[in-house]
Order: sequence, then C-alpha cells, then structure tokens
Amino acid sequence: MAVNPEFAGRVYPPNEPYEVGRVKLREFAEAVGATHPTHTDPAAARALGYPDVIAPPTFAVVVAQRAEAQLIQDPAAGIDFSRVVHADERFVHHRPIHAGDRLTTVLHVDAITERAGLSMITTRCVISSETGEPVASVSSTLAVRGEDA
Amino acid sequence: MTLPALGDLAVGQEVARRTLTVDRARLVRYAGASGDFNPIHWNERFATEVGLPGVIAHGMWTMGAASSVVSDWLGDPGATLDYQTRFARTVPVPDPGQAEVEVVAVVGALDPESTTGRIDLTVTCDGTRVLAKCQALVRLS
Repeated sequence: MAVNPEFAGRVYPPNEPYEVGRVKLREFAEAVGATHPTHTDPAAARALGYPDVIAPPTFAVVVAQRAEAQLIQDPAAGIDFSRVVHADERFVHHRPIHAGDRLTTVLHVDAITERAGLSMITTRCVISSETGEPVASVSSTLAVRGEDA
Repeated sequence: MTLPALGDLAVGQEVARRTLTVDRARLVRYAGASGDFNPIHWNERFATEVGLPGVIAHGMWTMGAASSVVSDWLGDPGATLDYQTRFARTVPVPDPGQAEVEVVAVVGALDPESTTGRIDLTVTCDGTRVLAKCQALVRLS
C-alpha cells in the first residue's frame, strides 16, 4: 500500500506534554558519547546560566518522535515502517532543552511526494514549553521504498 | 567558560577532529535511550531480510555523536543553534568488532553581525562520507 498523499498539509493538535528528566538526559548523553558535564551535573549547567542539566542538541528527536508517531502509526497513512529510510534531519534550537521542561509538540506534515519509486515524507515538529515559549523545531524527511523498489 | 572567539577563527580552519567507535552494544544502548527500536539496528536476521548488508547504526546516533565533537570544542552544548544533515550512506556495524566513524569539523562561514559561525562536519566511515551537508550553526564570542 502506498503512502497516502492526502496527509500532506495536515497539522495535528498539541500532544500531551513530555516531561524532561535528568536521568533520561544522562542516559541519552551517554548513548551518543556526549560527556560535557552540563548534561549530567546541575551545578555545571547552572554555571553556564542554565536552570538545570541540558539536553544534547539531537535529544529533541526523542520529543519529536512521540508526535511523529501520530502520523507514522496511523494505518490510514499507509507507511510501512520496515521500508522506511531516514533521509534528512534538522534541529533549530531557540534555547537548549533542560531537565524540568514540560514540552508540547505540534506535528506538521509539510510534504508527501513521490520520486523514483520512493515516497518522501517531510514532517516538522514545533516544540514549545508549557507557557507557549518556542523551544525547538525538528524537521525530518523519511523515504519509504515502494513495494517493488 | 567562554565560547571560542569569532576573531580567532578563519573560514577553512579545522577546529576539531575525532574518531568515534560504535559496536552492537552501543546501538542497543542508543535504541533504549532514544526509543528507536527499529530492528535493523540490532537484529542481523531482520536487517539482511530487508536487503541490508547487516545491522547498521542509527543515522541519528551518528548525527548525535558527531555533534558532541562540536559541543566539546565550544565548551557549551547549548551553543548549537541549528544542526542539520542528510543521511548519505549507512554505517554497517560488525559483530564481533566495531565500526569507526571519523569526524572532522571545519569553519564553513563566520557572521560577525550575529557572532555566529557555521561549522561544516565531514563524517566518514571507511573513507566514505556517511553524513552529507552536515552543518552546525553555533554561537561564538
């Protein structure tokens, strides 16, 4: 089944807040080899002017993924995840994510296009704090191989 | 802690270089930490069934690990304002053993107006570029 092009342009309502925890940030930082103390030591983070330990730049993918699931796991969208290849990714940070943040995400499906047997799906997750302050924007393109590709 | 000074930098200058290693245990750890449990990153049988040479690293692991090289040079991981890449080639991760990913960070552009710089990352595995147009916009002093 092909990817449903009718999902292009769709904007989802803000999702349930994601609460950023110190232990999760430590776990993610260790996994990507981010050894800077601002990820694990609240005093080191405060010394740089942050309220608590901060996330590595690509941690926002964890927050974005929850929102992207609304599209990817929707059977009506027709995305066969076993045929998905990650094509590109971009993070725009208005400020670093820190422990204690409660983040809501609005998922935008910016484009769904067909190209040489591939369906290209471009999404943008706009991440804000509970008070509506913009925190980050995560853009991602997935390529889905067709049945015979 | 002071960020690197824009005035001390020149376009084309190499600011950081590191060889990262990745093995299967690292991929399992990243899967758990990130929530990306796609079996192509930990299950050899599944990976070969979908036409891959074997288990491959998460593109997002490679992108994340490369950003740490920039963060360490900056001295402040919060100074990365914009970070992007295209995933050009996969990084096959052998078992037993490990894959090596080389990261070289070079100043791509400097903007005195906003006191920012663009750092261009060359990320290779076995001499082949795995990330394309990998760029970080960073705050400088």
